[in-house]
Formats: sequence, C-alpha cells, structure tokens
Amino acid sequence: MSPVPFIPIRNGQALPLNDVPELPFAAFRETIVQAVREGQRLACLCADAERRLFAVLADDAEKSLCTGRTRLEGSRYPSLTPDCPQAHLFEREMAEQFGLVPEGHPWFKPVRGHVPWNGAPDPWGRGEAPLPGVLDFYRVTGDEVHEVAVGPVHAGVIEPGHFRFQCHGEKVFHLEIALGYQHRGIERALLGGPHPLTWKMMETASGDATLAHAWAHCRVLEGLAGGAPSPRVDRVRGVALELERMANHTGDLGALSGDVGFLPTASFCGRIRGDWLNLSAEGCGSRLGRNWLRPGGLRHDLEPERAQRMRPRVAQTWADTRDAVELLWGAASVMLRFEAAGAVDPVQARELGLVGVAARACGMDLDVRQDHPFGPYADHPITVATAQSGNVHARAWVRWKELEASADHLMHALEELAETPAEPPPGPLPPLAPDSLCVALTEGWRGEVLHLAITDAAGRFARYKLVDASFHNWAGLALALRGGQISDFPVCNKSFNLSYCGHDL
Amino acid sequence: MPGFLVFPTHVALHLLVALLLPPLIPGLIAKTKAAMAGRQGPPVLQLYYDLARLARKEAVFSRTTTWVFLAGPIGALAAGWVASLLIPFGQTPAPVAFQGDVILFAYLFGLARFLTILAALDTGSAFEGMGAAREAAFSALAEPALFLGFAALAKATQSLSLTPMLLSHGAAGGRLTGPLILVLAGWATVYLAENARIPVDDPNTHLELTMIHEVMVLDHSGRPFALVLYGASLKLVVLGALILDLLLPPTGRPWLDWLGFLAGLGALAIAVGLVESAMARFRMTKVPQFLVAGILASAFAFLLLLV
Repeated sequence: MSPVPFIPIRNGQALPLNDVPELPFAAFRETIVQAVREGQRLACLCADAERRLFAVLADDAEKSLCTGRTRLEGSRYPSLTPDCPQAHLFEREMAEQFGLVPEGHPWFKPVRGHVPWNGAPDPWGRGEAPLPGVLDFYRVTGDEVHEVAVGPVHAGVIEPGHFRFQCHGEKVFHLEIALGYQHRGIERALLGGPHPLTWKMMETASGDATLAHAWAHCRVLEGLAGGAPSPRVDRVRGVALELERMANHTGDLGALSGDVGFLPTASFCGRIRGDWLNLSAEGCGSRLGRNWLRPGGLRHDLEPERAQRMRPRVAQTWADTRDAVELLWGAASVMLRFEAAGAVDPVQARELGLVGVAARACGMDLDVRQDHPFGPYADHPITVATAQSGNVHARAWVRWKELEASADHLMHALEELAETPAEPPPGPLPPLAPDSLCVALTEGWRGEVLHLAITDAAGRFARYKLVDASFHNWAGLALALRGGQISDFPVCNKSFNLSYCGHDL
Repeated sequence: MPGFLVFPTHVALHLLVALLLPPLIPGLIAKTKAAMAGRQGPPVLQLYYDLARLARKEAVFSRTTTWVFLAGPIGALAAGWVASLLIPFGQTPAPVAFQGDVILFAYLFGLARFLTILAALDTGSAFEGMGAAREAAFSALAEPALFLGFAALAKATQSLSLTPMLLSHGAAGGRLTGPLILVLAGWATVYLAENARIPVDDPNTHLELTMIHEVMVLDHSGRPFALVLYGASLKLVVLGALILDLLLPPTGRPWLDWLGFLAGLGALAIAVGLVESAMARFRMTKVPQFLVAGILASAFAFLLLLV
C-alpha cells in the first residue's frame, strides 16, 4: 500500500509544478520502493540544483505513469538502491551532478567523470578535472585469475568505453563497464533553455536514435506550450521513427552475423541498412533523419507524391531484408552461437529495470508505443514481440519481429499519407508554460527514451533530464557476461548495441 | 627409399613457388568470399601490395618487448621456409628428403608456434597472453591429428620421409582409399585450425577478445609484420601441399603435375573461401570438439592400416 501516491501523468502531458505533490523524503522513498516492489518501473529519478528530487514511475501493465517530488534537507540521504536496485545509476548520477550522497549505496562510483555543476563538493574528492574511467574497479584476486582491460580505444571504429573483465581462463567472473568518455554536458547546457543549439543537441544526444530523442523533445515542448500536432504530422513522425528502427535493426542483425563470422547476412544487411537510411534521406534529406521534425510540426512534410514514391521502395527494401535475415535463422552454426551466449536472468532484468529490446528478450512485455502510446500508436497499435530466453538469440529474434511489425506499420502509414493532402506548416510554438513539469516518452529502436523538463517562472528550463534506453541497459550487458565466455563478449555487446554517447550525454 | 631423382629445374621451380606464390592464396580466399557476398572485394594481389607497403614502413616496438618479440616473426618464417623444402609439391619430390624428415617437418611448425607464442607473451598484453593460451591449447589438439595421419602413411609406405610417404600411395592400390579419405578429413581440420580460418578462428575480425592467432600479432608493425603476414600465407601453401599430395593423381608428366598442383592450390583456396562464406565460426568452447573429430579421423585411418 503506497503511503502518499504520486500524481498520475499522461505521456507528454504538462502539469503545473504546484500540482506535483512534494512529499517528505521518507514518504518519497517509500512510495518508489513500494511501487517498484509491486512491479512498476523507475523510469526516471533526477535532482536539480535546489536539491529537489523528481521521480517518474511507469506502470507498464496498467499503462499509467505517475510522478512525484521531494526536497532534501542536506546533501546526504539514505540510498534507495539497497531496496530498489533500479535506482542505482540514477543515484550515482545525482551524486556526480549535484553532490548529493546516497548513504548506503552498495556501488557508489562516478558515472561520467565530471565535478558537480552547482559547485557542491565532489563526493569522491576527485579534484578539479577528473578523467572518465579513473576509478577503483572491482577485482577478483587469486593465482589463476587474470584481468583483461578493453578500451576505451577499440580496434574497430566504435565509440569509446572501457570494459574490465575478471577472468578465470576463458570464463568471465565479472565485467565492469566504465563510461563517460563521450560526456558533452548536454543536460547542463540545457539549463535556461531552450537555446538556439538545443535542437542540435537533442538530435545528437545519441545520433543513431535521432528521431527518438527529437520526437521526445518535440513532445516536451508541445506539452509545455500546449499545442498538439495534427494526426497527419504524427503519422509522418511515425514513419520517420520506424524507418530509423528498420535501419538500425537491419544493421544490428547484419553486425551480429558478422561477429560470429557468418558472411552472407553480414554483407547483405550492410547494404540494406543503407537502403533504409536512403529512405530517410528521401523523407527529409538526411540519412539519419536530422531536421525531419521540429517542435510543433515537421520541417519536412511527406507530401502525397513523395509518400507514393517511397511505397515501392519500402516494399522492395523490406523484401531484401527478409531474404537476408532468413539466411541467418537457417544457419545451424549461427543458431549454435546465438543460443549459447549472453543470457540475462529474467528476474534480474526486472530488478534492474531493463527496457526496450533487451527487456522484451527477457519476456517483459513493455513498449512505450503500446503501454504509453504517443503520436500515431494509439490509433495504429503496433505488435509487441517478446522472447523468453534472454540470450543473444532472443535479442536478435525480437529485433526480427520488430522489423516485421514496423514494416507493416510503414506500409500502412505511407498508404494513408499518399491519400491525404499535405497541410500548411504550423506557426512557431507559443511560449512554454512557467513553473511546470512535462514528461515525454518515446520508443526508440533501442528502447524507452524519456525526456523530462521543469520550467522556471520565466518558462525556461530549470532542469531538463534525458534518459536514453542505454542508461538502463548497460548494467544488463554486464550481467549477461557473468559466467560466460570472454570470447562471446563482442557478440553479446552487439546484441545489446547500446549507445555510449546516449549514456554519457 | 631411394629412387627419387630430383632435377635442378624442379628444385628451382619448387623454390620459386615457395618464395613467390604464397601471398596469392589469401587473395584468392578473399576474392572468393567477396564474390559469394556479391562484392567486388580487394584485388587478388592485395597481399603483395600490402607486403610492399609494410616493407617501406618503420616498425614500432613497445618498450616492454625484447629481442624475443622480433625472434617470433623471423624464426617462424625461417621455420616455414625450411619446412617448405621438405614437402613435395604435387607429384614432384621434395628438394630435401631423408628418413625422419617428417618429424622435422612437424616440429618446424611446432618451433614456429613456440616462437610466435613467446613473442606474444613478450608484449605483456592481456590480449596477447589470452591468444597465446588459446593457440597453445588448440594446437596441442591439432598436432595429434597431424601425427596420426603421418603414422598411418608411415605404416602404409614403410617410410619416415615425406616424399615417399606422400607420393607412393598410388602403388598400394584400393586398400589405401578408405584410410586416405580419413587422413584427408583429419588434415582438413588441421589445415583450418593451423591457418586460423573459420570455423576455428576468424582472420577478418577486429574483435580482439575472439581472436586466436590474429591477437598474438597485434603489436607487430612494419617489416616484422610483413614477415608475419607472409609467413601465414606460406603456411597455407605448405600445409596445402600436404593435402594436395594425397589428393592429386600422378599423371606421369612432370609439367602436368606442376599445373595440377598449382590448380589444386587455387581450388583449395576457393574451398576455404566457400567454407568461410557458408558458416559461422564455432564458439570457442566447441573448437576442441572439432579438433578431436580430426584426431579421431586420423586415428581410425591408422587403426585400419594396423589390421
């Protein structure tokens, strides 16, 4: 039984800050712990410079969200993590951003390698300019135990991250992941925003999930300014987001295939991913979907003629994708590799609050498009695919099923857009509501993307929080390796394919 | 077993093939893979270009390394060249043949591996140590398959010299067919494992944690690295000759034999390319099972010849 309930909030809704109950810390903590124990998910927990804490809880089964806040008296508070593991990284992040120390946190380490923004003393006493990845790693000692350090500079052209393995021969006892090398200070730069550069930052928070973040940002601004876009705009945005999903899932299945040395799918998917990206370019002139959307509407509408032109291309590219990926499921040597690697325990997945593909591969039936529908997804529901085994195969399979569902969605959307006339672009958004809070969630190809904005009395951002799916899921990768083979790490890593910059912000 | 007369032209040809041909083989494999994937792929002569480029480059040495690091590539290549003198190419006898050269042949590869492993350990890198451990473990399983195959052939031909062992099996007639097929199967696993090919190892991966052979040479650069690449291609030819000698029928005409051998090398490269295009590589824990299957094939060949 929750002591004082948080206030319900719809995805994309703005609330006056006064309507969000400010609970005493003990009640705030108890509400979260209790709710998560009952199966809800801690979608966001963040602080601001005034020591206010905000939390967003998602009840995916009941399809509801709720939010609440509290104010800390001092800079120390009893950690939620021992009772609610989902809070572990959020608490570390709050400590690094604002010097708020969670007492009793079992794994209290820096997240990104910067000092608190508000001038508060650094909880780890790291001095002026700390470096990312410089921290005490968990170590297993013993005669036959060895440590393998990978990164931050890798042999391939990928983002920087440091992986520290504790191994016994080929077996991994423990993997610790240190990130922060891509930290650009996006959240801090957003204070007092929106600024002219805000849009660029949103699109590149995690550049391969441009549309997931751009759309979430649009919805935050639209919620705060009070201007819902027309159904046609939502339909076009849906096309944009699903094209992004098609390109990335196709690329991922190809890359997974390449990691186990299976060439046919790897080669085909590399090309077909380009075809999907080119369809995005047809839509907005950018293969990554940059500047497709804009707050309040679209920068590039999909006129009926263009939608009509894209239809046969989508059908052809989808047929190519299907041919290429079916080779994968037919190769016994590939299945052997996929099924043997990277299983995440479903109970642990739930405790950690995994989201997106990684969660659905563990049998968790959650998808923002289904649970907290936005844009076109309320009227055009999408089939959510789950798998049970939580291993590399399950994550590949979920991607495959999502490709099917998204292709279907795309064809229908383009058919509809080809028949509805284009609309005149809407004018600029009215000013943002002052002293309000708005939460917007979208389902990017990796999983849930959450943007939370709090405005000050002038209607500027007093706090803007981004949570990429990767932020929830990196810990899942570490668990997937536990007890596994170190040589299976690359294929496990690829099956999660998490964003470094989306985590580092 | 006397009676093999080695003509100077054949010796010259043998040396030329051993010196100049090897870099062509990886190019053929890569071309096959590219064709299978619908790509154009790098030129067949790419490795020659790479070697020329590396030869002009300066080598960089880690401060933790010693002379052992350099002894790896040099010693391994030297061992490969000596081994190439002991093995007949096609139906042409080897330039050097004596009783017991089969033991020398096998252990020249052992020496090369030993030096490569030492050089890898010399860097003090966790990756290279891991690769060295894998190489040592897997080659310990590949060696019995090679030796049991030799034992079967030695039993059949009553000789311990590679040239008579590999070339005189035609005389034994049909009784040898079954064992020979088994020896070939066993050696095919050795060929894939020793040359770090799929399904045992993936020569094209950039993922250090999954590499076996490649990871041991990560720290080499410039000319020493050219030696490593050249040595690897030489191994493809020398071990390929082992398989082709058993497979190719004697035609009685030396020039036709030579042509057959060269065509056979090309076919072998294409076969490797096809295997790599059609299957994923094994999980590391499955590799020993694959190699044990090779041992069993060779062992059965030996048993068949005992009875």
